[in-house]
Amino acid sequence: MDCTHAQTLLDTYLDGELDPVRSLEIDEHLHGCARCSKSYSEGQAFHKALKTGSLYFKAPADLHKRIQRSVREAARTETPSGWFSPWWIKTAAPLAAAALLLLLLIPTLKGPSSDELLTQDIVASHIRSLMADHLADVPSSDEHTVKPWFNGKLDFSPPVSDLAKEGFPLVGGRLDYLNNRPVAALVYRRDAHVINVFLWPSNTIPRPAAPIKTQQGYHVIRWTSSGVEFSVVSDLEASQLVKFADSLKSSVGTSAS
Amino acid sequence: MGGNEKLQRFEQVIMPHLDAAYNLARWLMRNEDDARDMVQEAYLRAFKFFDGFHGVDARAWLLTTVRNTCYTWLEQNRRSRATTSFDEEIHSLDDQVANPSELALKSGDVEMVRESLEELSEEFREVIVLRDLEEMSYKRIAEVINVPLGTVMSRLARARGRLRRILFSRLKETS
Repeated sequence: MDCTHAQTLLDTYLDGELDPVRSLEIDEHLHGCARCSKSYSEGQAFHKALKTGSLYFKAPADLHKRIQRSVREAARTETPSGWFSPWWIKTAAPLAAAALLLLLLIPTLKGPSSDELLTQDIVASHIRSLMADHLADVPSSDEHTVKPWFNGKLDFSPPVSDLAKEGFPLVGGRLDYLNNRPVAALVYRRDAHVINVFLWPSNTIPRPAAPIKTQQGYHVIRWTSSGVEFSVVSDLEASQLVKFADSLKSSVGTSAS
Repeated sequence: MGGNEKLQRFEQVIMPHLDAAYNLARWLMRNEDDARDMVQEAYLRAFKFFDGFHGVDARAWLLTTVRNTCYTWLEQNRRSRATTSFDEEIHSLDDQVANPSELALKSGDVEMVRESLEELSEEFREVIVLRDLEEMSYKRIAEVINVPLGTVMSRLARARGRLRRILFSRLKETS
């Protein structure tokens, strides 16, 4: 493990949230690296400074009583028989109206950023798959092994094809969670670079690949075809990743026909 | 669930986490009065929806409600705008500087750490509060703030980095 890698994982290591394999690698690295072990003890001091306890706000003494009173009061008035009382309708109607308004507003308010959030999630999932040493649930380069593995685990059957001929061998597949749903993740390699492809069924009309996005040094390409949403992410060089996306697109095109 | 039984279970399961609820609210609201109001409102909300709680971690469940209550209030009152976004350009510093937290520790200046933490944006402040003060696992934090585990990891690292820089620039001002 090199210093850059060690430095990015140091915080997680200090929190004791790193998987055992990485922890050992960091242990080893710290033994041999004066600079990183200095950062380590600095980090330790910093964590200690935050945990002194004097930063913690305990609830004021009277708050417990005040809350207990109001909860008990709420418990007394909360009777199931009042479901259709005018009181309920009077409260619910404006609430429903407000909720409706909110539903109408959310797409316009958050429209541009939901896309960004998804890109962020895609990159985070990619990084996580590398960190946690959990790249594939079904490590196989055979598309006829990987594709059936998803049966019964997802509500759709993802298209799987090996792209070894094009220089991107299939490594395996796993389940992941993105965009608030379980998704298929296919893992490919190009030399030392890992490529994650996330797939889930789409309900939007087919759209061509969005321009390549870059976040934290990772490139993301997304598109929709044959009713499936594709998200490709890797630290591979951008032009290479575009080539990969093109190969994937044409293989899906041929297998679908 | 009968009304009485529900109240009893609520008092057993949820009431013990009052300190955690108050601490989070106090850090998000940055003053005592608002924090009290938020905690009270959050508890009433939590009681109302308590039938829907089948989870394992009552504290995480309660804190989710506390957080939502605070954010709703903050958004309506635009108080969040008062948080100065921290300018990394101005405050950036190189690697060779002394360790700020060590200095703060030496001077025993809790107040300085407190003020620096308050200066962070809410999304950074809350992960530090949940992790370092509340000592929750990444997994539970992910539940409370509703983001993937990997995001907790990276956000926490960024939040701490930023806090260190703020702390350092404050120490430089005073010395």
